[in-house]
Amino acid sequence: MSAARTVAPFGRRLAPVTAREQHGAYVVLRCDDLEGPHPQAGQFYMLAAASRWGGGEGERPFLPRAFSVLRAHEDPAGGVELAFLIEDVGPGTNRLCELVPADGLLLLGPLGHGFEPPRGDRRALLVGGGVGIAPLAIWQDRLGADTPALLGFRDAPRAEAARLISGARIATDDGSVGHSGPVTDLLKRKLEFGGEGLEVYACGPPAMLEAVRLICAEHRSPAQLALESGMACGFGACFGCVVSTLEGYVRLCVDGPVLDASTLETVAVGH
Amino acid sequence: MSVTFCGIELAHPLINGSGTFDPIAAERVFGGELAERFPFAAFVSKTVTLDPRQGNPPPRLWELPGGLINSIGLPNKGLRRFLGEDLPRLAQLPVPVIVNVMGFSREEVAELVCALDERDEAAGIELNVSCPNVETGLVMGADPWELGALLNQVRPLTGKPLIVKLTPNATDVAAVALAAQEAGASALSLINTLRGMAFDPRSGQPWLGATTGGVSGPAVRAVALAQVHAVAQAVEIPIIGMGGVQRGEDALDLMRAGADLVAVGTESFRDPAAALRIAAELDQLLAKSAI
Repeated sequence: MSAARTVAPFGRRLAPVTAREQHGAYVVLRCDDLEGPHPQAGQFYMLAAASRWGGGEGERPFLPRAFSVLRAHEDPAGGVELAFLIEDVGPGTNRLCELVPADGLLLLGPLGHGFEPPRGDRRALLVGGGVGIAPLAIWQDRLGADTPALLGFRDAPRAEAARLISGARIATDDGSVGHSGPVTDLLKRKLEFGGEGLEVYACGPPAMLEAVRLICAEHRSPAQLALESGMACGFGACFGCVVSTLEGYVRLCVDGPVLDASTLETVAVGH
Repeated sequence: MSVTFCGIELAHPLINGSGTFDPIAAERVFGGELAERFPFAAFVSKTVTLDPRQGNPPPRLWELPGGLINSIGLPNKGLRRFLGEDLPRLAQLPVPVIVNVMGFSREEVAELVCALDERDEAAGIELNVSCPNVETGLVMGADPWELGALLNQVRPLTGKPLIVKLTPNATDVAAVALAAQEAGASALSLINTLRGMAFDPRSGQPWLGATTGGVSGPAVRAVALAQVHAVAQAVEIPIIGMGGVQRGEDALDLMRAGADLVAVGTESFRDPAAALRIAAELDQLLAKSAI
């Protein structure tokens, strides 16, 4: 794969928060990255609050947290406006969800290797689960608003985030919105009926990605998966975020987070 | 703020702890700006072993209040490929390179030291002695006799500075340090990580793939100060102090305890350019204390 990678400025920098929007169960945090370059779809940033980072539940957080960029727009005044999709699930995301305009966000990035364009004349199909829909929004911005998307959520409050992506078909685990069941049901149907010539772009929980990998392999459909792993640094220093591939462990932060499904034996589920 | 360490000229007293920075990966991420603003006055490599290692199964990290536990397991491509692929690239850094090595027997360490002695790109060699000698079962760096025997064997093999990275998981770190000095170590570096463990709150099982790992970050800073202080009382050779350094003040404290150089580790995970800021803060503090 060629490098879908924008080089990051060296060192973390302060970006003022410009907006905080509630989308059902999620928060969209926007900031002005004054010196930052434009990221590639699928790249991520390490984020921390400029103040009170630490002192939360269990005296955490200590390390910054990795987030795929949801959207990026040139700011006419200079720099780039970045948006991130956050779900409050622990001390780090809890603190980030508290931030309001004019608060400081410390960020490092863009990091990692993002999505590659579809091979040959294949058409993209986006498949997302939960907070993992984030990198699909910026990828749809690049590919075109008519790029089809299948999105899965646990329940209706979470499914409100589907508004962030144009024309998405929705599945919910509890059946409150759209198809009742996993989003991979929709993917299966799509690939079985008229799914030739597609390339799948997926991001979501590990169990969903493993199901996407298996379905795509069965239908001989290429797939690019944006994986997640706990990270300390985000730039290849700590070796903490490795995932198992057919060629051994790779650091997800520098060799991913987008990996071609053909390089994986399985998407590890459990942690 | 320039300093001389074991005959090596350094622009300032801040370097990295082994295994906390990978300039080859960082160059992919940050491009040419990395070399322009390289944050360390010398670069210490990740541990190189004779044979390639995949490292430990994930998960490898656990966040703590003021730090983390890591169980990385020394993944590396092995001596041959390190010498062929990585060392020539590291030599292009704007600072001297110290190569950290670990062997599982004295003979393995001897082979590593001999191979590096032949390479001009290595300004010095740091010995990771935090693993057991497979022949005696003793952790090489936890027992004064075992460490002395190792150094007696490998010291004659190189004229390069030989730095011994001490483990804090020893009964009497000062006794180990003294044994290293007596057997010809050029310098000492400490502290390595403290052994630690965490449980997965959901499964009740050990969280880390390798069950235990090493604790680093500000959580260990007070331990580092006490150990550097104890070692500095016992030896005359130079000391690289490390453990939870986040600010110039922390680096100054380690120097007060007896460190000649200070290494930044975990803080670089939070900000790769942290050592630049810490060096500037230390410079100001040293200027103030000189008045």
